[in-house]
Amino acid sequence: MNIIEVKNLVKKFGDFIAVDNISFDVKRGEIFAFLGPNGAGKSTTIKMLTTLLNPTSGSLLLDGNNPVLDSNKVRKSFGIVFQDPSLDDELTAWENMEFHGVLYDVPKKLRRERIEYLLKFVELWDRKNSLVKEFSGGMKRRLEIARGLLHHPKIIFLDEPTLGLDPQTRNHMWNYLKELNKNEGTTIFFTTHYMEEAEKIAQRISIIDNGKIIASGTAEELKTKANAKSLEEAFLSLTGKTIRNEDTGSKDSMRMHRRMWTKR
Amino acid sequence: MKTIYILWLRQLKRYVRSKSRMIGSLAQPLLFLVSLSFGFGPIFQKAGDGNYLNFLVPGIIGMSIIFSAVFSGMEIIWDRQFGFLKETLVAPVSRFNIMFGRTLGGATMSVAQGLIVFFISLFLGFRPTSWIIFPFVLLVMFLVAILFTALGTMIASLLEDMQGFQLIINFLVMPLFFLSGAIFPLQGLPKALSIISSLDPLAYGIDAFRSLLINVTHFGLGTDILVLSITSLIFLGLGSYFFSKIQI
Ligand SMILES: Nc1ncnc2c1ncn2[C@@H]1O[C@H](COP(=O)(O)OP(=O)(O)O)[C@@H](O)[C@H]1O
Ligand SMILES: [Mg+2]
Repeated sequence: MNIIEVKNLVKKFGDFIAVDNISFDVKRGEIFAFLGPNGAGKSTTIKMLTTLLNPTSGSLLLDGNNPVLDSNKVRKSFGIVFQDPSLDDELTAWENMEFHGVLYDVPKKLRRERIEYLLKFVELWDRKNSLVKEFSGGMKRRLEIARGLLHHPKIIFLDEPTLGLDPQTRNHMWNYLKELNKNEGTTIFFTTHYMEEAEKIAQRISIIDNGKIIASGTAEELKTKANAKSLEEAFLSLTGKTIRNEDTGSKDSMRMHRRMWTKR
Repeated sequence: MKTIYILWLRQLKRYVRSKSRMIGSLAQPLLFLVSLSFGFGPIFQKAGDGNYLNFLVPGIIGMSIIFSAVFSGMEIIWDRQFGFLKETLVAPVSRFNIMFGRTLGGATMSVAQGLIVFFISLFLGFRPTSWIIFPFVLLVMFLVAILFTALGTMIASLLEDMQGFQLIINFLVMPLFFLSGAIFPLQGLPKALSIISSLDPLAYGIDAFRSLLINVTHFGLGTDILVLSITSLIFLGLGSYFFSKIQI
């Protein structure tokens, strides 16, 4: 019944251990959250699950398939909203959607309907023919979310989806996802460093820090385990520290800049 | 099929929307064409080799194609840097189709570029020996374009960032261009240079253009086409192999 099975997963970058021997399962149809501070290893884990990165060691199964060996099968089973930008700036909002829909083989009629629905949903329909490079950060983020919802896979990964999103769209998005989860049994795997979000949305939570999973369970279980009144308190007593909130937008782009400036 | 088409279309749209790139990639071949043909024309004539412009045009067509093809192949580096590459990499589409769609897109643009150079050269006084061969010229243009777009893709798949780009242009594309016989005849070259030239796939492309357009050939048209086809297939294979190995 598990749609995701991870055992003893390790990812090293050189000597640095980004993901340190983690194991967890996600049940079919579950809404599951990875809660942890920046740099905890959440994105790295998602990249390994979504075939973008090969693990150093350990085993991974997505809907029964191995992302390294059966990458094509695995890619058919999930959709993803990345933490970092992944739009084509030189295309319009509509073209970005269309491109995605064609790659994921959404039939034309359904595709056009959904594109219209979703662009209206994130309030970008009247800007559908503008190039993405003319968009503000928030608009781009909304487009990424809309695009991620265009095809309906078995699993949706959302890597800090609400980062930089206005509260209204945030609410909207979670409602849409909960509907999808209820109606189509879509499994939802998201990461966040907002505790309220994890507590409110997720049916089960794993707390991850420094590449390790410290505790897993429902929000209630975590609170009981830590003998705490709120998830925040539980988190504090389990990790011994506060979550560093939104210290920067994206690690990836910081790394990118560093690389651009130093390797000259 | 649809996925190859949409990837092709994307490359096209990006290219058409980037005016500076279009102008930039035409300016260079034109500069070469005009300055070399006026500069060396008289000497070439005196040496008894005939009309230099006629000799040069096939070379400059090859030049405009190789530069724009390698460049579009290497656009993957930009996609990686701006994040869009992730979107294509997680898609349930075979790596070969992704790579092939992109390559066709880049190749189409490069052929367009080659055609523009060709038509401009008509204004400068260039005359092909016959017009019937035109479809074949197009075909060879396409072969050359695919070959070098795939090469660009292959190289870009191995590079992490833009640093390597200039290096590749200076130490790979420039030598490929200069050793291809684009601007001087391969006949009568020193042995060493002649061997190196025969390893340069662009030399066969340009030789094929000359063979078709002005009826002068060094390797022979059959050899040219054979070498170009095989090399294109090899680079397509290698390109999609390395592309499939990209990690983010
Ligand atoms: N490609 C990489 N090269 C080197 N270090 C990396 C790379 N990707 C991630 N890291 C490091 O691994 C750690 C975990 O990163 P990440 O998974 O992005 O954290 P999170 O998503 O939880 O904020 C961070 O310290 C980050 O700097
Ligand atoms: Mg992250």
